[in-house]
Amino acid sequence: MAKLKVALYWAASCGGCEIGQLQIGEKILKLVEVADIVFWPVAIDVKYKDVEAMPSKSIDVCLFNGGIRNSEQEHIAKMLREKSKVMIAYGACAYGGGIPGLANLFNKQTIFDRVYLETPSTLNNDHTVPQPKTKVPEGELNIPEFYDSVKTLRQTIDVDYVIPGCPPEERTTWLALEALISGKLPPKGTVITHNAKAVCDDCSRKRDVKKVKKFYRTFEMIPEPEICLLEQGLLCAGITTRGGCGAPCPQANMPCTGCYGPVAGVIDQGAHFLSAVASVIDSNNPEEVRKIIDDIRDPVGTFYRYSLPDSLLGRARIK
Amino acid sequence: MSFEPKIVGILCNWCSYAGADLAGISRKKFAPNVRVVRVMCSGRVEPAFVLKALQSGADGVLVLGCHPGDCHYAEGNYKAARRMPLLKKMLAQMGVEDERVRLEWVSASEGDRFASIVNEMTEKIRQLGPFNHNGGGANG
Ligand code: FES
Repeated sequence: MAKLKVALYWAASCGGCEIGQLQIGEKILKLVEVADIVFWPVAIDVKYKDVEAMPSKSIDVCLFNGGIRNSEQEHIAKMLREKSKVMIAYGACAYGGGIPGLANLFNKQTIFDRVYLETPSTLNNDHTVPQPKTKVPEGELNIPEFYDSVKTLRQTIDVDYVIPGCPPEERTTWLALEALISGKLPPKGTVITHNAKAVCDDCSRKRDVKKVKKFYRTFEMIPEPEICLLEQGLLCAGITTRGGCGAPCPQANMPCTGCYGPVAGVIDQGAHFLSAVASVIDSNNPEEVRKIIDDIRDPVGTFYRYSLPDSLLGRARIK
Repeated sequence: MSFEPKIVGILCNWCSYAGADLAGISRKKFAPNVRVVRVMCSGRVEPAFVLKALQSGADGVLVLGCHPGDCHYAEGNYKAARRMPLLKKMLAQMGVEDERVRLEWVSASEGDRFASIVNEMTEKIRQLGPFNHNGGGANG
């Protein structure tokens, strides 16, 4: 059998997904037995023009991580889609926008102002900010255009599968790779995990009645090790988040932050999480409710930690 | 052309929908800008409903339920009263003006109250203008 041709790419992401891919450890030897890696900017020296020269659909699988925040990423995403038979959104950023997606609370102008002009350690008297085109004596220089919004991979190109996580757990990555190697692929559109139910289904903590008088941030308390974290007032996203990760965060006394995306059937993970959190508030008194809500300092960052671009509103409105 | 606000009203079956009905039966004059969706209880209103309405082109969303203590299912409106403030806090971060989303209590006998809430909200949103959901920049 001919070896599979695999491409890996990173767009608006942190490099953690590459670590996630390497977490499969010695199984990578099994992978290279059956697959050739034809493009992987983090590890091998293959240029964009080499990919451009590849025939259409000549790559069997592309694992694409990162959201789309500039014109270069959009261009490469479209090119890789054209060259690949199977396109996989790998990791939370490609899937929902991820942490970089929280930049959708701002736009290009407000981000550039902050980064290049306003930060306390910045001295930029000439107000120099990046321009897509710059004239120099030698000719014109081009850099990618920075967009106002971060988009998910699915908002940019047709995607066949999703491997969720920030980064995906080793078991999840391997589950997908095994399916690819054996040729037993699930139906198009599948979010590949071991468990389509919520993280709570993977979590061993005891659940009882959820009635919360006060929400805490993680540094404000040491949770009791066996009871549901949400019941203890920590904003745990387990109830709204797809399982299959094995719930490593709650086991380490940290609330789930939602990196595996919404549970099956939910279109807006943040709204679902918000709804659940509001429902467990133990008060019918408007004043007291308001006080309890005051403890939630950053609702968007809490509820849409990895999914703001993929949410119903997608981004903040800026006038 | 003058701007006519599109408001989605999500009304509980037992009190508020009946209140809206009463306003109609009593031939009250009120702004025709609210498109009513009937749900069994204000506790049924998921935050995603409100977001979906805004995403689909509504300029405002009005959620109405029974007065506290009167919910047909005992507690549904208390649930709505917990979700709405949190949702509105989140919407403020998203640049959505406070007046665009509103939760009120209207009983089956309060046709007048229904009419005045609708009129008031329609006027507020007329002043705010259409809800354009964009990032204010040139490329989305
Ligand atoms: S039935 Fe009216 S609010 Fe519950």
